[in-house]
Amino acid sequence: MTGWERFTDSFFNARVMAQYLPKIIDGFGLTVVLALCIIAAGLALGLLLALVRTFSIRPLNWLIIFVVDLFRALPPLVIIVLLYFGLPNAGVELSGFVASWLALTLVLMAFSEEIFWAGITSVAKGQWEAARSTGLGFVQTLGFVVLPQALRITIPPLTNRTIAITKGTALASVVAVPDILGAANAGVSFSFNPSPLTLGAIAYLVLFFPVVVLGRWIETRFAWKR
Amino acid sequence: MDLFLDTFFNWQIVQEAWPILWQGLKATLLLSALVVPLGLLGGIILAVLTTFPSPWVKWPLRVWVDTFRALPPLVLLVFIFAGLPFVGVDVGPWGAVAIGFFLNTGAYYGEILRAGIESVPRGQLEAARSTGLTRGQTMTYVVLPQAVRNVLPDLISNTLEVVKLTSIASVVALPELLFEARQAQSVTYNATPIMAAAVAYFILLWPVVRLLSRLENRQLAGRG
Repeated sequence: MTGWERFTDSFFNARVMAQYLPKIIDGFGLTVVLALCIIAAGLALGLLLALVRTFSIRPLNWLIIFVVDLFRALPPLVIIVLLYFGLPNAGVELSGFVASWLALTLVLMAFSEEIFWAGITSVAKGQWEAARSTGLGFVQTLGFVVLPQALRITIPPLTNRTIAITKGTALASVVAVPDILGAANAGVSFSFNPSPLTLGAIAYLVLFFPVVVLGRWIETRFAWKR
Repeated sequence: MDLFLDTFFNWQIVQEAWPILWQGLKATLLLSALVVPLGLLGGIILAVLTTFPSPWVKWPLRVWVDTFRALPPLVLLVFIFAGLPFVGVDVGPWGAVAIGFFLNTGAYYGEILRAGIESVPRGQLEAARSTGLTRGQTMTYVVLPQAVRNVLPDLISNTLEVVKLTSIASVVALPELLFEARQAQSVTYNATPIMAAAVAYFILLWPVVRLLSRLENRQLAGRG
């Protein structure tokens, strides 16, 4: 076999690819579901924490800042491993899917809280005062005046961060979740051919390439003209 | 509660596992000292290349950068570590991590530095060139120093992510902190080593997170 034949036979083996394509497609679906669950829960919790922080309750704010710092400093894989391999030692069993979802949700919560909070504090103080002086309550001011302005400037950093954390779903393969990478790894060890990994890489590109391009577009579209 | 403390904060286990964890921590630091400069190097190469105005350079580069930003780093790493040996290219865990991080991290650093270079007004470049500096000198002495300062928070933030990301090297059996913690856990049947690893990461990286939080707040607040 020439070098080129060996290369195509290893990475673009049609027979192996056809055999494992259905598994990769199942993995694709699982990756998408996991990603959507993480985005929904992570962003909601992040916004909630940022809103709670506006009430300026000292001990509560310290707690929020600590939790946010904690999940910004810890590598996501360490959190996943701790939840999946650590908790069973204390008698709590989480499935790989739940452990990955929970870990990445906490990470996205932390990063998005930080971004939402920065957005809220970036709204000029005069806006608060003006809104309050027209008779709006604190919550009304927050909801109708401050948040709409704050959210707009958070969109570019939030998009990029969400994409980066969502790509972390591949880490779920470490805790036996049959996502794209998990299915590809299983395919490689059954067929003893790395073509399933090629398929997996293509699947990730199909999923994330448009998202990365979209993120790039959003960054220019929502950029503040300075 | 006792079970929880015993499982996650067991001092005796910490003492037992400490030599292994210390080895892992040193490997993680060494790994970071290897991949951060590698990624920066890749980023500088990409960012400088994008300053060439030709679309024949610009578009292939953009596709290259977006490809490696779209591919999860773990996928890239597994591909290099477990896929390439099938065609006789076996680079081992350290080699796989070095190549994977060069490609992935380089793409991120490249994007950040590109934004930095674009933030330097064109007049600076023209003025420098008109004083007789060459293209390379203008880049090195005039544009890059300002570019780096303009995107410093993003550079620090990315470096933090890179150091955190070194934990995925445990998947290819590189004996860094997380890998050693897992080893220690399987010997002691206790989750304390993993918790100790988490604490080590936190102590190591918390100051960086604090610093970033300040820089980012200032940056966003400046736009209001």
